Parts: sequence; structure tokens; C-alpha cells
Amino acid sequence: MFQHDRLSNEITLFQKIKNLDYILLISVILLSVLSIFVMYSTDGGEILFHTKNHFVKLAVFFPLMIFVAFFNIKFWHNFSYIIYFIIILLLIYVSFFGIKSSGSQRWMDLYLFVLQPSELMKIAIIMCLAKYFHRIKIENVNSFTSITIVLSIIIIPIIFVISQPDLGTSILIALSGLIILWLGGMKIKYFIYSFITFLISLPFIISFLKPYQKLRILTFLDPDRDPLGAGYQIIQSKIAIGSGGLNGKGFLKGTQSYLDFLPEKHTDFIFTLFSEEFGFIGSVGLLILYSIIIFRIVRIGTISRSNFARLFCFGYAFAIFIYIVVNLSMVLGLLPIVGSPLPIMSYGGSSMLATMIGFGIVLSAKINHKQMIA
Amino acid sequence: MIKSNSGIRKTDVINRRMFIIGAAKVVVFVGIVARLFSLQINENKKYLTLSDKNRIREWKLPPTRGNIVDYFGNIIAGNLKVYQLHIIPEQVENFNYLLVRLKNLLNLSDKRIARINKLKAELKPWDSIIVSENLSWSQFVKINNYLYDLVGVKPVMTISRNYPFNDVYTHVLGYVSQPNEQEILENEIIQERFVPGMKIGKLGIEKRLENHLIGTNAIQRYEVNAYGKRINQLEHQKGEQGSKIRLTVDTEIQKACGKLLNEKAGSISVMDIYTGDIIAMYSSPSYNPNLFLFGISQDEWQLIRNNPLKPLINKTLSGLYSPGSTIKPIVALSALENKVIDTKFKVKCTGKMELYGQTFHCWKEKGHGWVSLKNAMKQSCDTYFYEVARLLGVDRLNITAEKFGLGKKVLGDYFDNEKKGLFPNTKWKKNNLGKGWVLGETLITGIGQGYTQTTPLQLCMMTAQIANGGFAVKPKIIVDSNPISYEDAKQSMESGLLFDTDSVELLDKKLFKNQKNIKIVQEAMFASTNERFGTSYKSRIDDPKYQFAGKTGTAQVKRISKRERELDLELEQIPYKDRDHALYIAFGPYVNPRYALSIIVEHGGSGSKAAAPIAKKLFKLIIDRHDLRNKQSNFERITI
Repeated sequence: MFQHDRLSNEITLFQKIKNLDYILLISVILLSVLSIFVMYSTDGGEILFHTKNHFVKLAVFFPLMIFVAFFNIKFWHNFSYIIYFIIILLLIYVSFFGIKSSGSQRWMDLYLFVLQPSELMKIAIIMCLAKYFHRIKIENVNSFTSITIVLSIIIIPIIFVISQPDLGTSILIALSGLIILWLGGMKIKYFIYSFITFLISLPFIISFLKPYQKLRILTFLDPDRDPLGAGYQIIQSKIAIGSGGLNGKGFLKGTQSYLDFLPEKHTDFIFTLFSEEFGFIGSVGLLILYSIIIFRIVRIGTISRSNFARLFCFGYAFAIFIYIVVNLSMVLGLLPIVGSPLPIMSYGGSSMLATMIGFGIVLSAKINHKQMIA
Repeated sequence: MIKSNSGIRKTDVINRRMFIIGAAKVVVFVGIVARLFSLQINENKKYLTLSDKNRIREWKLPPTRGNIVDYFGNIIAGNLKVYQLHIIPEQVENFNYLLVRLKNLLNLSDKRIARINKLKAELKPWDSIIVSENLSWSQFVKINNYLYDLVGVKPVMTISRNYPFNDVYTHVLGYVSQPNEQEILENEIIQERFVPGMKIGKLGIEKRLENHLIGTNAIQRYEVNAYGKRINQLEHQKGEQGSKIRLTVDTEIQKACGKLLNEKAGSISVMDIYTGDIIAMYSSPSYNPNLFLFGISQDEWQLIRNNPLKPLINKTLSGLYSPGSTIKPIVALSALENKVIDTKFKVKCTGKMELYGQTFHCWKEKGHGWVSLKNAMKQSCDTYFYEVARLLGVDRLNITAEKFGLGKKVLGDYFDNEKKGLFPNTKWKKNNLGKGWVLGETLITGIGQGYTQTTPLQLCMMTAQIANGGFAVKPKIIVDSNPISYEDAKQSMESGLLFDTDSVELLDKKLFKNQKNIKIVQEAMFASTNERFGTSYKSRIDDPKYQFAGKTGTAQVKRISKRERELDLELEQIPYKDRDHALYIAFGPYVNPRYALSIIVEHGGSGSKAAAPIAKKLFKLIIDRHDLRNKQSNFERITI
């Protein structure tokens, strides 16, 4: 009996594999393969540094995702706070001993690769808050103590990230945190009041921004005010996307990127290159692929028995959505330029690591969707 | 149980709120798709254009200038293939080594090396540096032989202006050189077609007809990257060579003029008396315009600039001289026209004339005795013309002189260095000098001294208009789109009318009241050259085919003092600057005249000794070329 009980709780490896979400898995694989081709195009149609490294990272992080998925969701629930604190410690470490590059200090050298802890924080904050709202009684959600605690959970990492400085990632962390607050049942009026307060204090916030950040906002409002300087990126990005047309210029034929008019084409502006070469049809196709991924994650959330898994899936689905929206809005000239990668597509190890871990936890929730967590 | 209830309620809240988020997500994604649609579908054309503007860059190449040919089609300003040496710095492995090698191969100066290093610092690494603009063939071959050792060096063949007759046409054609900033700004066409290394007309025809000669740029389209580096060539669009310009000049005669003046300061002009075609227009000394093409060296420039004979001045158009006795045909004509004198009118020359206590000398101290118009012209008697001028008055003389083209630009605005000259009258003096006219001034005006200033080309035109029977001609140096053949022009004049070459209309352009008077003057000029005691009798040609009529002139450049008059010095004994200018005007052949000329030898002494003998040699050639020129009358029409 005892043994039977154990078996009913613990799923065999075979069952784990069977229970994986194959639609999500196939979508992620598709996206990964696509990202390698796009990276090959950014290298000018050759297998160079970026293509090689991107491939290696995928080859390491994809199995890592499966590995993460094979841990019970309960395990991730139990370690959520610890993971959050470890990453806070990493952020503190980085703020003292981190590697500086182009004016900001965000990275730590792990010999094999360079880690950006703030990227991992995007996942950790969802885990931490999901656990908090899983454990708290619904009646206490809007109590003063709980609001203080959850706001602290969000604000502490943001302080470190914003001082690196990295506005883009801090906004994404904040939004990932806030969405859990929203899902967890915090009163709508709080959100409305905070939003109004935010609007009122916006001029003060702007006065605290660094000059280059102010310039980005001005440039967003009017890219033509300095077409060769601050407005250059956004103008060139719009030219590339717009000139792609319905069908695109064809794989490896994007003149804007091939002739180096596109800045940051490996990272933040990877969608621009994709859109130039594959056009409107390709771009919408990519959005559909992302939509499938988001939809599958939400779906896994709805079938999860535990609120932790549910909150994590919904939160993570929203986070992915926000990454995509912020990145696309930026390259399409709908938002000011803030550094934010496109999940999986953009070159960058930490972002991919965080995304893959996120997918892994979602898959773990799928495998263990019947798991109750006390 | 309570706990479970709470859990279920929580799940409900989460699900409800997730639904709201889901709806928001759909809206945002639709918004992004809409933005994509607007950029990629609606504004696709606009962004495609912008993308092409980004990646396609045009390189203009210097246009090829049109040729300038003489009347017979010989190229007098053409284009030559030149061999240049370019370095492309980004292809060079060791720049210093390369410079040392080139320095040895081409004997480059240290200054040049420093200039190359400076250019290298200024230009982008893929922009070529021009090491040498004009390599000789042997240098070019040498470079090609060592090319394996000269990585990054590019021997280039290009086109450059060339003047095959060197200094023969300098003052007519001018020359080309690199434009300065002002010249680029002033001319829109140059501005539009300018490329570094391009040359524009700086003087003469080259400058005046710049817009016709310039040609259009060849255009190379390249795909470039964001840093402006050429990636590949897309298209080569050929440029059009500038228009061909045909001049009225005859190279053989022009060359002969240069030889006859033989580096002496002076000028020769030859004109067709019916069509106004300028057959030769030579200002001496000249200089080689080819020197300016690749930047003239400081030494060569100083040599030209400091030459006391002033080669830079176009004496034909900008040289102002007292006409001396060459004005006498006009004085005689004016007096005849105004019926002040007739052929029988005589004056007794005693060698001088007194007027209000002032003495006016004839060139012949002993005097000519009683002289009529013919004799006075023949022997150039000053006393006769003092008296005629006195009777005529300067104002009436001025009217005739201006009618015949004195005091006006001959070629209009074709050459911006052409001078107007001056033929005075009483009003002019009052307005410009603020003093009343003095009769003594009329006297010296009558022998071509005093205020009168003429250019050699004016004297040539004046002679032409006397020679053609007294009709206005419109001098021109460019064969335009409506050329008039010599026969048409002559025939129209004989019928008393004249072709206006601009509109091909017949106009009344008679310059006389009575054509007989012109004939009288022509006969007097004939006597001066072809009868005994004529001032240019020694320079006559008896063969009627070449026989010409003319008038000498000797223009004083300073007042002759009494002492000097008594000394009667030989030419060599007078300082160069104080020697008289020698002048000669003539037309021929005397029967059926066709050509007029004017000759000036600065500080050459007397007209009969220094200028008239040149005419004798020149007329033979001019008349000999007459038939050849006539055969060219099947005009090649060029629209400019």
C-alpha cells in the first residue's frame, strides 16, 4: 500500500516524457531552428561567431529545459524563495564585482559564459510572487503587511537592476511582478490609483532619468530630429521593416542588415532583420508561433491543480508576451528604445537561459498538473 | 474545508483576471500586426525608396570636355589619355615601404610625399589617393613592371584636356584648371557636375563656352554599406562629351602670326571683311596652356608672370594703343563725308604748324610741301591731317570713328577681358575730365594721338569695314548655327544691305553717306603701300593676286622733347620702354578684297619698318589659303 502510494505520487520517467506538452515543445524547437537561420543571416550568410555561439547555447539550454521539466513542480515551489534570494545575492555581487561593458555593469564571468543575473530575476520574481500568493489567504491579499511584502519583493531587485543601469530589464521585472499581483487578487483600485500616481509623478521620474534615456524618449517622439545620431536606429529599423513588404526581400537578401545599416541586429533588432527578409507574411507567422507558445502556457496554467503552477504559468505567459510586445513596439517605432531582447530569437545567453528555465518549469507544471501543493 | 474554499475562490479570481489579461493580449497583438501592415504594406514603396537611397550611391566621374576645332576641323583643344597613379590605402600592406619604392621609381619630391601622407590621413582608407596626375608612358610602363611589388597601387587611364598647338591659341582659347570655390558656386552647371579633379575653363573660349563644353558626368552606381564603402557595382551610365565648338580661325595663319611676331610683344588680327570671321588673333608673347593642366610649378608661373613682355595679357583685346597714323583713313573719310574737304583740297606742309603759340610737328621735319588727300595719306603727312581735323572738329570725327567700331567692344561679351577703348569728343572730356575741349587736342586726335585708345582688333575691324565698301560687319570667332557663306555676305553688301548673322535677315548697315568717299580712302591707302614715297612702299607686293593696301602708324608712347627731336636717335639708342609702337593696318587683295588685318609691334619703332613688312609675309599666306577656306563653305552646323 505504502509502495503504491509512492508510485501514485511519483511519476515514472516514461510517464514524464509522455506528459510533456508536445505542442509547446515543437513550437520552441521551431523557434530555435528559425533563430539559428536568422542568426546565420546576421553573420552575412556565413557560419561565424554569432551563429556558432547561438547554436551552442541552444544545444546546452534546450536539454536544460527538459532537465528542469523533470523536477516536480513541488520542488520548484519549495525552492522559489531560495532561488529568489540567490539571484538577489548575484545582483549584489554584480553591482560590486560585475563586468563593465559600454557604460553599465550587469554581467558576471562564469568562465564558460558570462551571466546576466537580472535576466534570471525575470523568472525568479514570478516564482517568488507565485509562491507568496499561493500560500497567502485570499482574505489577506489586500492587507497592509502583504502589500508591503510583495512591493518589497518587486522593488529590491529593481533597485539593483536600475542602478546597473538597465532600464529595459527593470521595467520587464516590474511588469512581471505586477502581473502576479494582479492575478493574485490585489484590488483593482490600487492599480488605478498607482497608475494615476505614476502619471502625475512622470515629470519627476523623467527628471531623474539619465541624459541618454531622456534623449531616447525625445527621439521616440520625433526620430527625425537627429537622423544620424539618436534617431538613427529607429529610422533604419523602420526602413528595413517597411522595405520588406509583403513577402520580404528573401533569406540572406536583407540589404539593410547585409550592408550594416541596422544597428544591434544580433540582439534587440533581430526582428527587424527577420521582417526585412521575410516580410509581412513571415512577421505575422512569427507572431502566430509566439501566440501558440503563449496560449499553450496559459492552457497548462488552467489545467494545473495548484495555484502556484497556475500563477507561474499565467505570469510567465504574460512575461513572454510583454517581452515580445516591448521588443516589437521598440523596433516598429511604437515605444522608445529600451534594451529588451526577443525571447529565443535574440543573441544572448542569459536571456535564453532564463527563457528556457521558464519553459522548463511550465513543462514541469504540465507533467505534474495533478500535483497538489499544500 | 475553509482552506479548500479559500483555495477555490483564489483559483476563480486568478482565472477571471487571466481572462481579462488574455483579451488585452489579443488587442495588443492585433495592434502590432496593424503597425506591421501599415509599414510593410501601406508604406512599402516609401520605405523601399529609402532603403535604396541608403544602399545605392552614385559616383560621378569627371565629364569629357567638348573639342574645339579650327575652321578646317583641326582639333585645337582636345582630350588626351593620361596615365595616372592612384593608391588605395586599405590595400597597402606597408605604406612607408610603398612610398619609398614609388619615390625611387618616379623621382617624387619630399614635398609630394608629405602631401600624399597628408591626403592619406584625411581620406577614408578606401578612397584612392592620386599620386601622379600625369605619368609619362615610360613611367607608366615602369610602374606596371613592378606592380607585383606595389600592392595597393592602381595605374589608371583617364582623360585630360590637351592643347596640341601649345602656345598658338592660348589667348583665344584660354585654358582649363581646377575650379575654385567661387567658380563652383557661381555656375549652377559646374556645381551640379563638379567632381574632384574636374577642370573648368579659366579664360577665353574655354571659360565663355563652359556650359557647352563641359559635357555630362558618367555615373557609376555602387551598392555601399553603412560606412560608405563600395560593395559592388550596379550600373555604369556613360556621360556625354561636351559640344564641339568650331572656330573661324585658321591654324596655319595663326601659327604664322606667332612666328612673325617672334616673341616680340605685339599682336596680329586678321578678319574676313564680309563675314566678320576672325581668321587669326594672336597676342605675343604667348605661353603654353598645357602647363596649367596639372598645376603649374611655381618657377614656371613666376617666369610667365614676371616676363616684362607680359604674356598673360591678351594684347589683341585688352591692349590699348594710340592708333597713330592708322587713324588717318577715318579722319579723311569723316572729312569727306562731312564735305569739309574734297580730293582737290590741299595743305602746305612746312614740317610744323603753329596754333595759339603751340607748335605741332609733322614727322618730316623739312615738310611735305603742298599735299592733297592722296599724297597726305601716302606719305602720312601730319600737317595735312592737323588742318583737316581742325576744319572737321573732334565731334564729327568721333561720330565717324564710333560708326566704324572704335570705342566699342568688338566681340561683345565673348571675352571678359576685352577692353572698350576710347575715341574722345568734347562731351566726353567735359564729363570725364571736367574741362573744356582745346583745339590743340583736336589736332593731335587727327593723327591718332592724345586721348584715343584702340585695341588691335578694333583697328582690324575698322579696316575691314573700309575694305568691304563701308558696311558694318559683325566680327565673330565661333562658327554659329547660322553661318553666312562668304559669297552671300559679299553679295548682300554689294547690294547695299547686310546679313545679320543672328537672325539671317538683311539689314541696312551702311556706314557711309556717299560710297565714293570710301573708294577715295581705299585708293589713298593703296597709294600709301603701292606708290613711290608711300610709307609702306617697301613692303608692297606687285603681283595683283596678293597686292594689298594699307596704312602705317607710329604711336608715341611719350611726348617727344625738343632735345630728342633734335637728336633724332636711332631705335636702338632709345630705352625699350620709350620706343614708339609700330602699327600697320591693311586689306587685300586690292582688287576684290577679302581680308583685313592689323599689326602692332610694341615699342617696335616706326610702322613702316617694324609692322608693314610683317603684313607682306602674312598676306601671301592668307591669300594662298583663300581657296582652301572657300572650299570649307559646306558648313558643318553646330548648335550652341
